[in-house]
Amino acid sequence: MEQQLLGAFAAIVIGVGACALYYYAANAVLDLALPFRRGPQAVRNQKRAALIRPWLFLFPAILILGVYLVYPAIESLWLSFHGPSGENFVGVNNYVWAVNDDEFRQSIFNNVLWLLVVPALSTFFGLVIAFLTDRIWWGNIAKTLIFMPMAISFVGASVIWKFIYDYRSEGSTQIGLLNAIVQGLGGEPQAWITIPFWNNFFLMVILIWIQTGFAMVILSAALRGISEETIEAAIIDGAKGWQLFFYIMVPQIWGTIAVVWTTITITVLKVFDIVLAMTNGQWDTQVLANLMFDWMFRGGGDFGRGATIAIVIMVAVVPIMIWNIRRANAEMEGR
Amino acid sequence: MAAVGSRKSGGWLTHVMVLLIIVIWTVPTFGLFVSSIRDKDQLSVSGWWTALTTNESNATGRAAPPSEQEEVDGKFVISGNLFEEGQRGSVVSFGTRVQQPNEFEAGQTADLGDGVTLTVAADGDYQLVSDTAFEGSRGQRIFYRAALPPRFTLENYREVLSSAGIGQSFINSLTVTIPATIIPILIAAYAAYALAWMKFPGRALLLSIVVGLLVVPLQMSLIPLLKLYNGFGEIFGVPAKTYLGIWIAHTGFGLPLAIYLLRNYISGLPREIMESARVDGATDFDIFVKIVLPLSLPALASFSIFQFLWVWNDLLVAIVFLGAQNDQLVLTARLVNLLGSRGSNWEILTASAFITILVPLVVFLSLQRFLIRGLLAGSVKG
Repeated sequence: MEQQLLGAFAAIVIGVGACALYYYAANAVLDLALPFRRGPQAVRNQKRAALIRPWLFLFPAILILGVYLVYPAIESLWLSFHGPSGENFVGVNNYVWAVNDDEFRQSIFNNVLWLLVVPALSTFFGLVIAFLTDRIWWGNIAKTLIFMPMAISFVGASVIWKFIYDYRSEGSTQIGLLNAIVQGLGGEPQAWITIPFWNNFFLMVILIWIQTGFAMVILSAALRGISEETIEAAIIDGAKGWQLFFYIMVPQIWGTIAVVWTTITITVLKVFDIVLAMTNGQWDTQVLANLMFDWMFRGGGDFGRGATIAIVIMVAVVPIMIWNIRRANAEMEGR
Repeated sequence: MAAVGSRKSGGWLTHVMVLLIIVIWTVPTFGLFVSSIRDKDQLSVSGWWTALTTNESNATGRAAPPSEQEEVDGKFVISGNLFEEGQRGSVVSFGTRVQQPNEFEAGQTADLGDGVTLTVAADGDYQLVSDTAFEGSRGQRIFYRAALPPRFTLENYREVLSSAGIGQSFINSLTVTIPATIIPILIAAYAAYALAWMKFPGRALLLSIVVGLLVVPLQMSLIPLLKLYNGFGEIFGVPAKTYLGIWIAHTGFGLPLAIYLLRNYISGLPREIMESARVDGATDFDIFVKIVLPLSLPALASFSIFQFLWVWNDLLVAIVFLGAQNDQLVLTARLVNLLGSRGSNWEILTASAFITILVPLVVFLSLQRFLIRGLLAGSVKG
């Protein structure tokens, strides 16, 4: 145990030390090779060094990004046209399989459901809570409490909510909060996460519970950034509470709302832990990310099908990616 | 000024609504915590919201076997107490058939036939009396309804830390998280400085790639990297699933955000400082180490918190790149395993889950300022 932690500590020292050493040494070598402080070619050397130096700074980052993100993306695309072990070319067979596979169709359906519900509700709740908490003196405490689930892992959150959805047969004491409330109101207790279709929503609640805090924090900052004049003018014109909110404030922060919405959309597309922990795709709750993980190992693993599902997730992300890049570029030109 | 006043002037309805939302948002976690410190027998038969009240529940006990009978005044007597030592509680009623634990009230004497009588007192003392000697090897079963006072204990935590393997997993999670949080920082900081303040062809393109990579789903990388790791392990005869492997993997997955956040921050540093340093003869390397790095500490802190929370809470990368052997499971992976194997033992699950979320909660509550600053730098613009 101590050995393991010592190993981790050594890794930090060695890892950070090696990085620091690389940057220091690479820089020193460049200075030696192209001396620019004196000598006949100082000016020319300085120009050359200025061309090379950025790449010395960037090299480790580019290497790691290349190996861990860029190369795999290309390789995944290549694998999606190949068989289980990635060797024989099978054309579009994997995609044909996917389109005809019931489980895949189910996953697409559920993913669309998630994409429609979770970003919308998280953003809406986040916006409303941001507005409300900005109007009371203990708003910051309230915000902290609502933001808190952000720190909890999806698996931890799944345990928390599985406990709430816990089901005991009728007649026995319910220890799950939801069934206790239902029974208290005279209803019949249910095994919530096993009811097809509706169970998707019980799983979504978990992600909404986590993401609302994120939406709230960002939108709250945006709301505070709204110029006082517009609000004053609206108040003088007689706007009150909710009118002020929906007609004056919300339209001014559409940009931020879109950012929050798309960020949560990306999270939803990757949702995996919650489904794995709650149902592992049983009772018609399968989603793409979990199906992909399943195919990575199912029957010794089918890398072709797994990669195909990954590509499908990626295709869904691409529009947001392009939008993000455009936005970032526009912003940089503004600087 | 009127506007500022109006912003803080929520009516009572606002207060009530926020209060209601907070209750909904915190009750799930609170319930988990309360459950984790309850006695496991009480936890399994009553809701956690009744934790402070005395619980009534049905129970089954067994009288001492006939071998322990005593002869008193010509009668044969078996006596004892239904409650285990150290357990406080009282018997409300009892019976001799499982369907009817309420047949007799505590203190009454039940006639079991054949001259046998059973008396159970409220404090759990029972007395079986018979005219003839008891026979057989097993004691009489007694069904009763017990009222148990609230009992809180750390027993669940003791159990999960040792026998359920949470203790080991906690160490594993630390082992994975700390290097995976610190190693990317330096790499990202250099890249961010180059992208912010150095001029070179291809800078805009590189920046666009980083922004694009921000949203590339992890799923795209899994299979190729798994193949790469397996191949690497085979060629060099080393295990494919190592801590070193997962540290670098997390570094790779965290780099786009790190570079993006740090570049945004570093490019906002005042130009005059850099230029006057350059006039004084400082190189880019000097400027970075002596000026940019110290000034960027808040941004570095923001990213560290992000990365720490993300790595600690990660499940997917851990189970793909660290394997499922018992001694290498991180907390999240262990929790998923427990959900499968101990799915109905809520005392195990609640205590394990609480240990899992404890560290991120502490980090979150103590460093929330930096986290929020990072979130805003990462996404609010336009």
